[in-house]
Amino acid sequence: MILDSKIPAGPLEEKWTKHKFNSKLVNPANKRKYDVIVVGTGLAGASAAASLAELGYNVKAFCFQDSPRRAHSIAAQGGINAAKNYQNDGDSIFRLFYDTIKGGDYRSREANVYRLAQVSVNIIDQCVAQGVPFAREYGGLLANRSFGGAQVSRTFYARGQTGQQLLLGAYSALSRQVANGKVKLFPRTEMMDLVMVDGHARGIVTRNLITGAVETHAAHAVLLCTGGYGNVFFLSTNAMGSNVTAAWRAHKKGALFANPCFTQIHPTCIPVSGDHQSKLTLMSESLRNDGRVWVPKTVETAEKLRKKQIKPADIKEDDRDYFLERKYPSFGNLVPRDVASRNAKYVCDEGRGVNETGEAVFLDFRDAIARDSEDTIRARYGNLFDMYQQITGENPYKTPMMIYPAVHYTMGGLWVDYNLMTNIPGLYALGEANFSDHGANRLGASALMQGLADGYFVVPYTIGDYLAQTPPKKVDESHPAFAEAVDKVKGGINQLLNIKGSKTVDHFHKRLGKIMWNECGMARTAEGLKEAKKAIKALKKEFWSDVKVLGENEELNQSLEKANRVADFIELGELMIDDALNRNESCGGHFREEYQTPEGEALRDDENYAYVAAWKFMGEDQEEELVKEPLEFENVKLTQRSYK
Amino acid sequence: MKLTLKIWRQKNASDKGGFATYPVDGISTDMSFLEMLDVLNEELTEKGEDPVHFDHDCREGICGMCSLYINGNPHGPLQTTTCQLHMRSFSDGETITIEPWRAKAFPVVKDLVVNRSAFDRIIQAGGYVSVNTGGVPDANEIPIPKTIADEAFDAATCIGCGACVAACKNASAMLFTSAKISQLALLPQGKVERKTRAEKMIAQMDSEGFGACTNTGACAAECPKGISLTNIARMNREYFSAVVSSDNM
Ligand SMILES: Cc1cc2nc3c(=O)[nH]c(=O)nc-3n(C[C@H](O)[C@H](O)[C@H](O)COP(=O)(O)OP(=O)(O)OC[C@H]3O[C@@H](n4cnc5c(N)ncnc54)[C@H](O)[C@@H]3O)c2cc1C
Ligand code: SF4
Ligand code: FES
Repeated sequence: MILDSKIPAGPLEEKWTKHKFNSKLVNPANKRKYDVIVVGTGLAGASAAASLAELGYNVKAFCFQDSPRRAHSIAAQGGINAAKNYQNDGDSIFRLFYDTIKGGDYRSREANVYRLAQVSVNIIDQCVAQGVPFAREYGGLLANRSFGGAQVSRTFYARGQTGQQLLLGAYSALSRQVANGKVKLFPRTEMMDLVMVDGHARGIVTRNLITGAVETHAAHAVLLCTGGYGNVFFLSTNAMGSNVTAAWRAHKKGALFANPCFTQIHPTCIPVSGDHQSKLTLMSESLRNDGRVWVPKTVETAEKLRKKQIKPADIKEDDRDYFLERKYPSFGNLVPRDVASRNAKYVCDEGRGVNETGEAVFLDFRDAIARDSEDTIRARYGNLFDMYQQITGENPYKTPMMIYPAVHYTMGGLWVDYNLMTNIPGLYALGEANFSDHGANRLGASALMQGLADGYFVVPYTIGDYLAQTPPKKVDESHPAFAEAVDKVKGGINQLLNIKGSKTVDHFHKRLGKIMWNECGMARTAEGLKEAKKAIKALKKEFWSDVKVLGENEELNQSLEKANRVADFIELGELMIDDALNRNESCGGHFREEYQTPEGEALRDDENYAYVAAWKFMGEDQEEELVKEPLEFENVKLTQRSYK
Repeated sequence: MKLTLKIWRQKNASDKGGFATYPVDGISTDMSFLEMLDVLNEELTEKGEDPVHFDHDCREGICGMCSLYINGNPHGPLQTTTCQLHMRSFSDGETITIEPWRAKAFPVVKDLVVNRSAFDRIIQAGGYVSVNTGGVPDANEIPIPKTIADEAFDAATCIGCGACVAACKNASAMLFTSAKISQLALLPQGKVERKTRAEKMIAQMDSEGFGACTNTGACAAECPKGISLTNIARMNREYFSAVVSSDNM
């Protein structure tokens, strides 16, 4: 199988403009004859659904929450990047492009990333026009901050709630189209399968989460905007319901899954406090602008701390190891996420962790408070400090915060071409659900940018090219493919309900999470991955013979919802392991201990692994087939990432 | 901690429903309220009893999905969301009563889960600026004074949870509706449609069966995002000026 990425020819700067011109258009009068399904109402889905409806297509939008406004995008805190160069500090489209390619450790496509940087400027204009209340300066113009170690200030933000404000903007545009009758909303509805007719995506099967009704929806194109799969680790910063089901079921229908092992572990999260923990809370990355990361120099001191024999303040300056400042003098505490996370793991593995579980490092504001005053720090981070205190019961103005890395984002996802179409004609993937722009590591404030770029400014153009070549005849729901897909979904549900085993769904999810975190998390080895693969195979067997799902299908049944999702996570987990095993190099968030520089940094192998690893489903319990899309770099030179 | 939970159980919308009592043990003060319910649900499932259904998603206090009327207060004793409430706010041996939001416009779906789609319909009635994607001016073309932008932001932080409605003895949705009307009325981008917006959103609010506002302020006192009563005053002004202005007559 050969993957065609459909990257347009010509110079980088002209590709998108030329491509738009060369794409076929759907006649305005014909647009209303086309139906489009949008699964997901996060930034990607809401922006796509609204924009397509504005163009005149008939849209059906689905989400599993009770309202489209509650999609996981709502939780993003820090901000959104755009190459506006409002600060006159040397930013440009090329610089944002370059930073993104380099930050992704040279495992993303140049053409896609350049387009992302180009449309980033339109996103901010659009959001302001919708009434998104971004932070402003006293002169009334938009404020920016530098974020995630970027050397320019290109991040737009709305206090610590940027995702909320952007999503509410997209939700308002969506709501307007609902009122116009161009979008029909299906909240509390979960996509369970993709329907294909003659090799094209032509519809979906859904389950109504209130009544359990399994139904079909037909359309000329299907957009999956269903977010990331970080919850495969059980504990992550994702919302509880975030899942891979829609993407996974499409994968099993033939859509390739790209770079599944590329996951981002965020360095500043509140550490796990016990087995009861259901999710992890992110503390915004901006805290690293003023907080200093440290652990005690010796294991003995750390032990005393863990036994609560001493307090952090008792540890003298000389006995502290500010390990990021020591190892990376020029970037210090602001090194990229993957580097910061890995180093926190190292010091904790050495036995220098600072909380009872031994898995935490300090993020200390003592010096910043002494330098700038407590009030200044409160003005900058007050809401984050309050949140920390609410969750941990400790006052971070008085005692250092404790943080530990947690799973945060998944760079991998459904393989898409330049048009954001998967290898299944008519099936698109947008936002975190696709693999397209972040390579092996995503930069802070770039996921929001990508979701909105895909939905507002890319897919409205590229979908036209496909639809213009599709006859505007209604898709016939009586085609046997629909009935077959419904039967399969119902069969799967019945199977789960009839196992009547002894262990809860969460029991299995937690065990899966532990395997993934230990062997496919911040550091991976071939040996560990092979063991993990065996363990997951065994877990899958046990799940399908011993899971306990109570109740019936014909009601609101949250255990059944979870069971469906966990079943898919288990299968995805195995593929992530295959992918991590295959990639005999370290890059970005994928760190194979066998492949590191003498200083312990990720060691890429550009000769053998400068490709997108796209996986093809070959049948239940079969090994998946690897399809490679080689990456070509014409505009940037591949270098070893260094933040020394 | 050892606790006694009195929880509203209702099989579906047409079931009458009633309280059931469950003891729970071994609850740590570090757990969030929802994690405490997770513990109960794991135990119930193991015993073969239907777990208690409740809404939640982000568990970070921002999606607005969690609800719960705890010991007579929406989102419990603190001015925060239920997912951000921790068990250290309760004491060992306590009995905790947990009910769904109670409002005609928020019918119970099952147990503690209610239907809040009425809020979506209020937004659909006019909670937006009518611009299409593309063709908008540069973001810095219209300067907005920082104080105005901040005030709009404060109103815009509403998470649509519905605690204001649950707190109000008339189940009024004024605080929710006014927050959106205020945000858009404050910003130049929203001013163009301010009159029709206020009229349409208020008409929708009334048609959904939410009650009238009698200015008791219970809503703002319980709002986890601190949405201020001044928004209601602004909405009333917007509405008044809309109905008396000439282009609406
Ligand atoms: C705590 C946190 C903070 C973050 N902060 C930032 C930040 O500051 N800047 C930044 O750029 N990025 C940030 N991110 C990342 C960013 O928020 C996400 O990557 C992005 O919002 C994903 O958007 P999305 O539209 O792709 O998906 P989501 O917002 O996850 O939406 C998924 C949608 O799909 C629906 N769905 C899923 N499965 C199904 C199904 N089977 N059937 C029906 N519907 C389904 C859901 O209901 C939902 O509507 C943060 C992430 C987290 C976790
Ligand atoms: S106004 Fe407050 S209480 Fe009411 S929905 Fe908004 S956030 Fe919730
Ligand atoms: S679960 Fe999202 S606000 Fe409580």
